[in-house]
Parts: sequence; structure tokens; C-alpha cells
Amino acid sequence: MGKRDIQEVNAGSMADIAFLLLIFFLVTTTMDTDSGLSRMLPPPVPDTEETPPPIKERNVFEVLINAQNKLLVEKKPMDLSQLREAAKEFIENPMDDPSLPEKEEIEVPYFGVVPVSKGVISLQNDRGTQYQMYLSVQNELAAAYNELRDELAMRKFGKKFSELEDDKQEAIRDIYPQRISEAEPKNIGGK
Amino acid sequence: MAKFRKKRGGGQQAINTASLPDIVFMLLFFFMVSTTMKEVALKIQLKQPEATELTKLEKKTLVTYIYVGVPQRQYQSTFGTEPRLQLNDQFATVDDIRSYIVQERESMRESDRAKMTVSIKADFDTPMGIITDVKQALREAQALKISYSARKVNQVPM
Repeated sequence: MGKRDIQEVNAGSMADIAFLLLIFFLVTTTMDTDSGLSRMLPPPVPDTEETPPPIKERNVFEVLINAQNKLLVEKKPMDLSQLREAAKEFIENPMDDPSLPEKEEIEVPYFGVVPVSKGVISLQNDRGTQYQMYLSVQNELAAAYNELRDELAMRKFGKKFSELEDDKQEAIRDIYPQRISEAEPKNIGGK
Repeated sequence: MAKFRKKRGGGQQAINTASLPDIVFMLLFFFMVSTTMKEVALKIQLKQPEATELTKLEKKTLVTYIYVGVPQRQYQSTFGTEPRLQLNDQFATVDDIRSYIVQERESMRESDRAKMTVSIKADFDTPMGIITDVKQALREAQALKISYSARKVNQVPM
């Protein structure tokens, strides 16, 4: 007497309860982190400011997109698939072609004094351009810069750009600065 | 003379399932921690555009979202079929962006305010007109870091 067995709680249904909760969270969970093309907008321009000095024609790579999603690159129609190569050639200017951008000698850590292109990519779109087209063009231009940076990183450090340390990335960014400027939009195509 | 005696018991041995709840609970906690509930109910049709050169937006607390697209079918009678903006849970116009940005910025910690990023989540078929208006409004509101939200693919549709 007095020493009775303590009744055990039946834990068999514990698993069921846990499974129920698990399935609920499995269904409601969204693991994807948001990803996108990062861009900086220019600060608003005060009305009083005088117009900036004009940039030389050879230093500008003009990309226009119309309401029919057609490209006009440097006054010539172009297919989206050729844009990346064209942009790379413009930025790099390997032959010092006088119709392609000038270069400026600047001092960069790890590299010493190197010529850096003064080229600017100017992007202009119509109000009727499809968003996907606009983003594809932005994507191709970003890809052109990324490929150049990767190639340089490979040559110099034997690693991909994204695998380098921060200060080395900074140096490469100084050599290939991403200069994409967007003009005020026009409304030609209607809509 | 029974050299080959039949094994006693016959039936299969039951597997000990006492640790099963522990395993399940472990999984449960993992999902509970990593889960993020959907913040807003979408009122617009959103099929994200595709791109390859994407960067991830790391800190969720620094990101403000602006949705752009055609209203979903049940809202089309009131809001029409032209692309509209959605801020938080309601439809808005471009003029509302400024106060929305200010309000979002106020709710952030002071040290984070400079790092605020605005993610534009727009439908792939939206005309650029409304997105340009949004960008101009963001410039006015001094929210200059933006991100065009897109889905990662290996090859962009040409």
C-alpha cells in the first residue's frame, strides 16, 4: 500500500499534434527572400540649377526603347541579344577607337595607374514601353559590367568578382564604375 | 530432436517511436523560425518580370514595397483595368507615395533610415509610364535606393 505506480501520460498523440503544426507552417511559409536589380535614383534637380556641361558624343552610349519594345542603340536598331556585347565594347574600348569613349588615368589600389573609361550609358524609354523590356535592357547593361568586372578579377586575382575581399572589389569597381544615366521619359508612342 | 527450432514470438518487433515527436518538433521549430507570413494581401495581378543579374535584399526591415499592376478581377469594377499602385493594403495614387515614404521612414530606427530601400514590385506587362511616375515621386521623397524586383532565371527571354 502507498506505493502505487504513477500513471504514465499517453504521449502517442503528441506526434500527431506536432505534425499538424508542422504542416501548417510548411504551408504558410515563404522562404524566398526578395531579390531585384538595385539602382540609385538621381536626387531631385532644383529648378534654378543651370544645365550641366554637355558630354562629348563619343562618351555617350545611347540606348532608346520605344513603345513597341524596339531598341535603338547609337542611332541604329539593335536586337536585345547583341546589346551586352555592344555595351562591353563601348565600356572597354580595347583598340582606343576615336569613336568610342575617352580614358582617364587614375590611381587604383592593387592596380597602380590605369586608364578608366569616361563612358556613360544613357538610357531612355517611352511611357508605353513594357516593364519586362525595360528590365531586360537594364539587366543586359548590368550583365555587361558584371562580365567585365569578372574578367578583370579573373585576370588579376584568379577569382570571381563576387568572391573577392571588399577592398579588391572596391578597386575593380573604380576601374569599371557603373555609369547608367536615365533621361527624363518622353511620350511619343501614345498610350 | 528439434534441431531447427522455430523462433519464438513470431511477430515483428515494434520500432520504438518515442523519439518521433522530438524529430517532428525540431522540424517544427525550424519552420517556425524561418517562416515569414505574407505581409500584405495582393490586390493587383502580379507576375514578376525575369532577370539574371539580381542582388538579394538582405534586411527585410529596411525594405519598403510598392506594388504596381492591374487590379484583380474582383476589384476591377471599382478600380478599372488600368495599372494601379498598391501601398500596404490599399490602392493609391502616385501622390500618396510621398506621405507613405515619410511614414515608413518615421517607423524605422534612426540609424537605418539612410539605408532604406524601396522595392518596386511591378507586373511584367505594366507600361513604363506609371513606373516612371513612381520613380519621380520617389526622387521627390528622397528615397533614392530602389530595387526592381524580379524573378531569377538563367536566360532572359529575348
